[in-house]
Amino acid sequence: MDIRFSDEHEELRRTIRQFLSAESGEQAVRAAMATERGHDPKLWQRMAQELGLAGLVVPENFGGAGMGPIEALVAFEEMGRVLVCAPALASHFAANAILAVAGEADQEALLPGIAAGTSLATVAHVDAAGRWDLSIVSNEARREGESWRLDGVWRYVLDGHVADRLLLVARVPDGLGLFLVEGEATGLTRKALPGLDLTRRLAELRCSAVAARRIGEGDARPGLERALQLTIAALVAEQTGGAARCLEIATDYAKSRYQFGRPIGSFQAIKHHCADLLVSVELMRSAAYHASFVAATGEGDLETAVHQAKAWCSEAYFEVAAENIQIHGGMGFTWEYPAHLYLKRAKSSEVLFGSPARHREQIGERLGL
Amino acid sequence: MSDSKRTIGEAELRDRVRALLAQAHPDAVDRVTFRRAQYDHGLAWVHFPEGYGGLGLSPGMQSIVDDEIALHARTIYWNLAINAIGIGMGAPTVMTYAAEHYKQQLLPRIFTGEDIWCQLFSEPSAGSDVAGLATRAVRDGDDWIVNGQKVWASIAHKSSWAMLLARTDPNKPKHDGLSYFLLDMKSPGVDVRPLYQITGDAEFNEVFLNDVRIPGDRILGKEGMGWRVAITTLMNERVALGGSSRPGHGLSEKLLNLWREEGPSGPRGADGRSAAEIAVLRDAVVRLHIESELLGITNQRTKSAMRAGNPGPEGSVAKLVQAELNKKITELGLELIGSDALVYETGYPLRRGEDFPARTRRENAKHDFLRARANSIEGGTSEVMRNILAERMLGLPGEPRVDKDVAWKDIPRG
Repeated sequence: MDIRFSDEHEELRRTIRQFLSAESGEQAVRAAMATERGHDPKLWQRMAQELGLAGLVVPENFGGAGMGPIEALVAFEEMGRVLVCAPALASHFAANAILAVAGEADQEALLPGIAAGTSLATVAHVDAAGRWDLSIVSNEARREGESWRLDGVWRYVLDGHVADRLLLVARVPDGLGLFLVEGEATGLTRKALPGLDLTRRLAELRCSAVAARRIGEGDARPGLERALQLTIAALVAEQTGGAARCLEIATDYAKSRYQFGRPIGSFQAIKHHCADLLVSVELMRSAAYHASFVAATGEGDLETAVHQAKAWCSEAYFEVAAENIQIHGGMGFTWEYPAHLYLKRAKSSEVLFGSPARHREQIGERLGL
Repeated sequence: MSDSKRTIGEAELRDRVRALLAQAHPDAVDRVTFRRAQYDHGLAWVHFPEGYGGLGLSPGMQSIVDDEIALHARTIYWNLAINAIGIGMGAPTVMTYAAEHYKQQLLPRIFTGEDIWCQLFSEPSAGSDVAGLATRAVRDGDDWIVNGQKVWASIAHKSSWAMLLARTDPNKPKHDGLSYFLLDMKSPGVDVRPLYQITGDAEFNEVFLNDVRIPGDRILGKEGMGWRVAITTLMNERVALGGSSRPGHGLSEKLLNLWREEGPSGPRGADGRSAAEIAVLRDAVVRLHIESELLGITNQRTKSAMRAGNPGPEGSVAKLVQAELNKKITELGLELIGSDALVYETGYPLRRGEDFPARTRRENAKHDFLRARANSIEGGTSEVMRNILAERMLGLPGEPRVDKDVAWKDIPRG
C-alpha cells in the first residue's frame, strides 16, 4: 500500500489550515473553552457550511462532503493542530454510525442536518463502568409495544450536553441496538462533566424511562464496531496534528530562548529530546496514515491498524505535549501559555476510546499471544 | 547512446530485464557472467548513467529490475551478500569522484563481486569525530606514503580495495586537511587483523598501515577534498542500514517466534510464571511489535517520498529507531527465556564472524542480545543521529565548535 497524498488532499489541507489559523487562533480557543457550551456555534456552522467538516463522510446526496477516510484524516490532523473547540469528533462518530447502521429513510432524515451543522448528533455507548468496548455494554433497552424505553447512565458522551440528537447504544435481545433520543426528551437529564481537557466537552446522560426510536434493523454491533474504528482513525489523526504542532512550538522556543549565552536548542540535553520527539511524531504519522489508508483502500486489517495507531499515538502525543512543557521550563507551566491545553488534550484523548494498554491487549489477542 | 534523455517507463524497463535474461540467465550461467551482463545492460544501478551500469533513471526504479528478475529466476543474488560496502557505498563514490579509467575498471568488478570492498575511516582515536582522524599520507614524488591504524573495518580480510580517508595536511583545520584514497589491499605494508567483539566473533578488523605506497591518481576528488567525498559514502551507508520495509516481517518477528516457543503457549507452558508476570511480558512484546510495524511503514513512506537524488537525513530516523528498537527487542528476548538466560550454551570461542556454526533459536536470542549493543554505535551512534535529526530536520543550532578554524595538529586529543 502506497501512503501518498494527492494534490487534492494537499489542497484540502491548505484550505483547512488557512481557515483555522484565521478563525481558531489561541484567543478564539480560550474564549470558546470558557463558555458553557464549549464551542462557538457560529464557527461550527461555518466549518460545516464552508469546509464540510460536520459531514465529511456524509454522501453528497444527503448534503455532505462525500469524502472518505483519507480526507477525514487530513481534516482531523489540521483540527488537532490548533485544538479547535468544535463538536467535530462527535459529529464524525454519529455520521459513521448512522451510515453503518441506519436504513435509507433514517439516513435521509438524520444526515442532512448533521452535515449542515444545524442538528448536532453524538453517539453514547459507554456505561457507568466507563469501559469503551462494545462487547461489554450493560445498559439494556426495554421494548414497549412498538416503541422502546431506555434507563441507565451513559458517560463520557462527546458534546452530549448540547447535542440535538443523541444516539444511545443499548443491549437488545438480538445484540446491540442504536437508539435515537432527542436532546430535550422527557426523562433525560444531561450534564456537562467538568473536563480535564477544556477544549472538548464530555457529558453524562441519565435516562429514566426515556422513549427512544430504534435506528436500523438487526444487531448493530458490526456497524458500530466499524463506526468506532473510523472514529478512532480520526482521533489518532487529530493526535498526530496536535503532536506535530507541539514539536514545532518546542523547536521554535529552543531556537529563540537563550540561557548561558546560547540558544537552549544548541545544548544536546535539549536537542536530543527534540530529535526523539521528531521520531515519535514520524511514527505517529505512519500509524495514523496507515490506519486511514487501510480504511480507504480495504487493503490490510483495519481493526489491527486502529489498535496499533491508538496505542502508539496516545502515548506519543502525551510524550510530546509533556516534553514541550519541560523544554519551555517555568513558562510552559503557566496558565497563560498554551502548552497545558495540549497536555490536557493529549491525556484526555489517550483515555478516550480505550487506554493504550487495552488496545495492545487486543493486538496481542489478534496475534495469538 | 544518443537517446539517454528519453525516459524509460516501467514496461520498457521490464522488457530490458527480459532481454538480459534471454542473453544471460542466472539459473544457467555463473554469478560473474550474469552480473557482468546485468551491468552491461544498465541494470546494476539504474540511477547511474548509461555506460556505467545504469540508465539514468530514478533510484526507486531499481526495485522494478530486482522484482522482474525474481519473477523469472530461482537464483537470486543479493547485493548485501555479494559486496555490501562496495555496491552500496563504494560504487556511488567511485561514480561521483573517480577518474574515467577507474570507473571503467572498478564499477563492473564491484557489481560482480570479483572485487570486494571495505571502508577504512574509523580509528581508535576517531570514532564519531571521524574527521579528526590521525592516519597520515605524505607525498613522495607522484605517490603517497601512508602510516596509521584503522579500526572497525568489516570484511577487510577479504577485500581487494578499500576506501581510505587519511590526513594530508595537519596544519589545516581538521575537515580541510583530509584526502580520500582508493587503496589496493594487496599493497605491501597493509596488515589486517581480526577484532574480536563482545560475542567472541570477529566481524570486523583492525588494519595497520605501515609505509603503504599509493599512486597519486588514486585520490578521489582532489587533495584536501576528502571530507566531501566521504560524505557521499556515509550518506549511502545510512540507507544501506535502513532495514526491512515490509510490515509484519520486521524486527519483532523473532521476538514473536520466541514468545511462541518460550511463552505460556509454548512447550514450557507457564513454567511457574504467574498470570500477572505473563500479562506484563505480553504487553511488552506487543509494545515492541507495534513499534516494529511502524518502523516498516515509516520506511515505506520514505521510499514513496524519495523520488530521486542522493538520500538525505530522513534515513537517520529509520537508523535511530531501528538501532534502539532492536536493542529493546533482544533484551526482552532474554527476559522471555527466563532463568536459562544465565546459561550461554555456545561459550565464547574467539573466531571469525562468518565461521560460527548453526545455532538454536535460544542460542541466537542470546547472541543477538549481545550483538545488538553495537546497533546504536555502528554506522553513526544514536547520539550523532539525534544531532543530525535535530540540526538538519528541525533546524536547531549546532554545538559551539571548539575545534573549528584550529589547525588539526593543535586540537587536543586523547
